[in-house]
Formats: sequence, structure tokens, C-alpha cells
Amino acid sequence: MERRTIISFVLILLLTAVAIYGVAFQQHPAWLTNLLFWQPEASRNLDFQLGLDLQGGLQVLMVADLPPGQALEPQAMETARRIVEKRVNALGLTEPIVQIQGKDRIVVEIPGIDNPAQAVDTIRETALLEFGEPPAGMTFDSIYMLQMTQMPISTTYGLSEAEIQAQSAMTGSMLFKTVFTGADLANAFVTRDDRTSQPVVAIEFQSAAANAFSEYTSSHLGQYLCIVLDKQIISCPRIDAVIPNGKATIQGSFTFDTANQLAVQLQYGALPIPLKIESYKAIGPSLGAISVEKSIRAGVVGLAVVFLFMLIYYRLNGLAADLALALYVLLNLLLYKLVPVTMTLPGIAGFLLSAGMAVDANILVFERMKEELRRGRSLMRAAESGFSRAWTSVRDSNLATLLTCAILYIFGNAFAASLVKGFAITLALGTLMNLFTAIVVTRTLVRVAFGSFGDWIQKHLWVLGL
Amino acid sequence: MLNFVQKRHLFFTIAGVLIALSIVALIVSAIMFNGQALRISIDFKGGTLFSLHFTGPVEESAIREVFIANGHTSPIIQRLGAVADNSWQVRTRFADSEEIQKLLDDLDAQVGTVDRTLSNWNTVEPTVGAEVAQQAALAVFVASLAVLGFIWYSFRRVPHPFRYGVVSIVAMLVNVVIALGFFALMGILQGWEADALFLTALLTVIGFSVQDVIVVFDRIRENIPRHRGEPFELIVNRSILETVHRSLATQLNAMFVMIAILLFGGVTIKPFIAVMLVGMVSETFTSLCVAVPLLVAWEEYDHRRTLARAAA
Repeated sequence: MERRTIISFVLILLLTAVAIYGVAFQQHPAWLTNLLFWQPEASRNLDFQLGLDLQGGLQVLMVADLPPGQALEPQAMETARRIVEKRVNALGLTEPIVQIQGKDRIVVEIPGIDNPAQAVDTIRETALLEFGEPPAGMTFDSIYMLQMTQMPISTTYGLSEAEIQAQSAMTGSMLFKTVFTGADLANAFVTRDDRTSQPVVAIEFQSAAANAFSEYTSSHLGQYLCIVLDKQIISCPRIDAVIPNGKATIQGSFTFDTANQLAVQLQYGALPIPLKIESYKAIGPSLGAISVEKSIRAGVVGLAVVFLFMLIYYRLNGLAADLALALYVLLNLLLYKLVPVTMTLPGIAGFLLSAGMAVDANILVFERMKEELRRGRSLMRAAESGFSRAWTSVRDSNLATLLTCAILYIFGNAFAASLVKGFAITLALGTLMNLFTAIVVTRTLVRVAFGSFGDWIQKHLWVLGL
Repeated sequence: MLNFVQKRHLFFTIAGVLIALSIVALIVSAIMFNGQALRISIDFKGGTLFSLHFTGPVEESAIREVFIANGHTSPIIQRLGAVADNSWQVRTRFADSEEIQKLLDDLDAQVGTVDRTLSNWNTVEPTVGAEVAQQAALAVFVASLAVLGFIWYSFRRVPHPFRYGVVSIVAMLVNVVIALGFFALMGILQGWEADALFLTALLTVIGFSVQDVIVVFDRIRENIPRHRGEPFELIVNRSILETVHRSLATQLNAMFVMIAILLFGGVTIKPFIAVMLVGMVSETFTSLCVAVPLLVAWEEYDHRRTLARAAA
């Protein structure tokens, strides 16, 4: 046997061991997962990522709903996305996705959610910005605690006089009095403090509210006024001076980014662009689990038949193809974990289909090999010319598949059809992987077998299905 | 020796009958469903699709009442699976999230508890649907062009590459018509609707429909210089026979997997897999029994014309 063959055989064995370790084991040490530098740092792992259809969840597609003639600014779209993302994250679910799709759409995917309808309300709800006066007697420390813990507070906004009376009368009332709302603001932007050059947020009230603000500040000097967004305190500056012209700055321990974030929230407390829900899909979580179970069963049965067929039809060669196919399955699964590829139902179908077709390259080669043997070629020569002459056919038919996948992917990308993309990705990855396993791996296995038992095989050609 | 080429008239007849049946299915579907040759899903036309799992047995009329009371005047309600599954499918117009929430609450109160973990619903605005449909048409067009380009590239060095291209495209079109006809039939019988996944299956069929043709053509290209002097018909038939094992073995393996998914896999992808399976079977047939013999027929026609011209 050639040195080269032995080296590739050893390398294949090593690769197999790595693939088995990566796929079959659930737990992996942190130093290993930390090597996956291309995955986002927060979620580096070697787990299968399940799509919405497999773990249940919610997908919402929203479109900017501007009055005709009004131009859509990409910046406003990005701001809207960030606000939606904040709200989705506030739901506290794992790995939600909030992406801009095309120019004017935002797609939200929240896996594993129990109450999708409520989540949709949360996403769409218009954020409310309030300037709230802390209840009499509340210390700065307790206000600060509320701000730090992001505890939802109650405010008088939208309450009737009677309700306010009733709530204030309760001992230890935590009711903040809403004195202004976001509707009163004209502008908010980041600037730097003249003396300290720290980033601060400058706000400007609309002219009507400016007078009221001037009066309010003169009568509440030295007190705190809290800026409350969606019932959460984001900052509580102290009124240090009367503010006559409706222009004020909010100071705090800001970095430029956090100051900017606050300015954005103040300015766009409500979404900068009205969003309309265009499509909305909810899948029950148990339904996904059933799908996973069924897909695994289908995969095992389907592949078992393929393994048997190859073994019976091509015998010894079939065994080599089966081993290559087993490695193919392992390597694909490992790749899905590494990239990671989000698994969907059509994605699994694409993978299984690619596995069924993966043997095609082997079949092309083996049929060639048989032909050459029938023509009386020696075993080794037949094997080598089988591999080399089948190559153009193998290349062409795989190229056709890749072409199809590319079209499907582009088509799926155009309208957030993650199911279509899932199928295209697994099928394409499978096809590429196939070129490696069906050609390199099978060839090495065949060479090793023929190199070791060549004489015996030559005398017993039936083991090759002849 | 089995002669594919000689039996070509039989094969052409079979292909003709299959095409005719497919067209009949498409026409019947169009008549039954307001001009929809294929029943169109909400992906392309907008609307809402509920798959509701109730915790106990419920009445169809009760479900209908709830929808009508909420302003959904003509819901289409079907049982899903066996009676014991207590699962129902409801199709209706687009509904926003509050409307859906209200419908589910009303169903809980007036019909029976809906198990949210085993239910799903999907709603699409009509305008998006139209946009998606447009994208879809574009995708099919681009896919066909790409396959055309691929064939042209693959056969740029054989004599008459144009001919090879044309017969491949004819085979592809036959496949597409058969796949469409099958889907129209299932739409009539089982209420299958063409959605994004159906389109994926169709595009895959288009992409795969040239695979077997390419392998046979590849062999013809190789055999022409090797068997110089043999009639073209014989070379072609030899090429088919030399590659038929591979074609059948490959298709069989792909079919094993697809049949396993059909039998054991999830319900939602059944139509998707079924279309691909039908496409793949018809692809094997059209490549070996239509595309390649068509090449011979063309050559013969050419030959006869040349003879006639020589005689004249």
C-alpha cells in the first residue's frame, strides 16, 4: 500500500473520532467551545439549534406603515429595530431574533414561547415616556433602588381622580405623579457638559409645555423628577435650578453610548416608525417536539434502507460506501453544530435527501469499476479508472444540485422564508460534504481493502457484486 | 437487449397521456376552486390558517359560530387526522393578533379548551402574499434560465449542443407539468395547498430534472468516438444501458429516504416530500424514455431530410 493511502486512512480515522465526540456527547468543556470564535461570544456552544417549527414559538413580520409620500430613513428603521429588540428581550426568553428584512420590514422570531398573543401585544405596544414625581416621603435611596432593579412602578398616567385618591391613600403608596409625558417633548440629543465634558442628554420641551415646565421647576427646586419609560425608571435628576425656556440637560454617569440610547428613547419613546403586522405565525411547543421525534424516526428508517441496499447491491464496495456514508452523516451533524445551522423540518428533509443522494457518487464510481472489471482489467486498475472516469459525471450532477440550492436560498431570503432557506442550506452543505466523503473517503477505504486483500478479492469477484 | 430507443413511440404515448391527465387535473381544479389551477395557500394570497387541538371532542358547527360571531363570515373548517385527535383546521381571512386572541378565548369559552402547546396559527396580510407570489414566479423563471445555462455549459463541446439543450428542457417541462398535475389532483382529493414549500419542491424538481440526462449525454459523448461507424441509435441505446444501473440505484436510494419521511415524518412536510418524490420518479422516466429517445428521433428526422434532399 502506498504511504499516501496510509496517511489519509489515519487522518480519516482521526476525523471520525472527532466527529463522534462532537456529535454524540452533550457536554463539552468551556475551553473547547471558546475555540468557536465565529459564534457570538455569549452563546458559544456545540448544541443543535432548533428552528421555530421544531421547538415552537412565534414569528412576526412587521412592515413600516408610513403615510404615502413620506420617505423611510434607514436610521429610523434601525432605531425601531432596537426598540423592538429591547421589548422582546424584556420578555426574558432565550435567543430571540430581531432583524431588519429588506428595506422596510422587521422580522421577530421568539422560540419556545407559551403565550404568543401576549408577546405580540408587548412588541407592538407604543412605549410611554413620563416625567414622574416620586411620592412624597420616598427617599433618594429607594428611588435609586427602583432604578437599579428596573422594577416596574405605578404612575398616575391614565388613572381617574378617584383611583389616584384611592391609591395615594394606601399606606406606603409608591404612586408616581405623572407631570409631563413624551408628547410634551420637542427634541432630545446628546451633548457634552461645558465644565466636566461628560456626555449629557439635552432635552427641549414644546413651547406650550415649556411654560408649564418652568413653573413646575420653580415650585419643586431641590426635588427629584424621574424619567420613566414604560413604567421603568431610567434616570432621576434633581431639579437644581428654575428652567425658564424649556431646555434642560439630564446628567448622570453616562457613556456616550448610554446617553445616546437615552436620547433615542426620549425622542422615540414611541417607535419612530409606525409598524404594521403583516404576517404572524405561532407554533405550539409540544407540536415541535413531536416533529423532532417523527423526523428522527423517518431518518433512521430511511438511512437504514439505504445502508442495506448499498451493502446488498455492491457488497464489499457497498461496505466502503456505507462507512463513508456513516462518516458523512456524522460530519454533517457536526457541521450543523459548528456553523451553527438552525434545524427546521424541511432542513432535516434536505439533509436526509442529501444523504440518500450522497451514495450517487459512489454508485457512479462502482458501476464504472464493474464495467472495467468486466472488460478484464485488473482489480487495482479498474478501481483507479472507476474513480477517475466517474469524476466528470459526479462533478456535473453535484454542480446542478448546488445551483438549485443557490436559487432556493436567494428566493427564500427574499421574503423571510426560513423554511426554504433551511432546506437549501442543508442540501448544499450535504452536497459539498459529499464530494469529500464519496470521493476521498471511499477511495481511501477501497484502496486499503484492495491493498490488503487484493489477491483474494481478484479470485472472488462476487464480493464486488459481479 | 432491452431497447429503450426502439420503444420510444410507446414511451412518448405514455408521456402524452400523463401530460393530458395532469392538464385535466389542473382544469378540474380551476373549475372547482374559482380559477385556481392549484389551490393557493395563505403564503401567496393572504389569510389565516389555524390548526387547533382541542382537549375534548367538539362540534364543527360550534367552531363555525364563533368565527362568524367575530366577523369571519365564511371560514373553511376541516377535521385534521382521526376523530380522536380532536384537531381542526380553520381557514379564514387575515386577522390581527388581538382578533386571533379574541377568537381563541371565545373558542375556549364557547366550544372547548384549545391546547395552545399543540396548536398553531399563521396569518398573512394579502399585500405580502401578493409580493411573495411575485418573488415565487421570478424564482421559477430564474431557476429555468439557470438550468438552461448549465446545460449549455455542460454540452458546449458535443456536436449539436442546441439539440441536447432543447430535449433536456422538454424533459424538464414534462416533469414540471406532471408535478403540477399531481399537486392539483391532491388539492382536489386532500385539499393540499401550494405554499412556499411546494414551490421549493418544484424548484428542486427543476434542478434535479437534468441530472440523469446529463449522465446519459455524458456517456453518449464518450461513446461516439469509441464506436465510430455504429448507427447513432445503437450508440444511444448502449449509453442508456450502460448508465441505467446507476440511474436506478441512485433514484432508489433517494426514494427510500423520501418514502420513509412520507411514512414516518411530520405531517406538515408530507406534500413537500410527495411532490419531490413524484418529480423524481417522473424525472427518471422522462430522462431515459423521453429526452434521450427524442434526441434519436431528431437525428433520424434530420437524416431522412438529408436523404430526401440527396434524392431530389
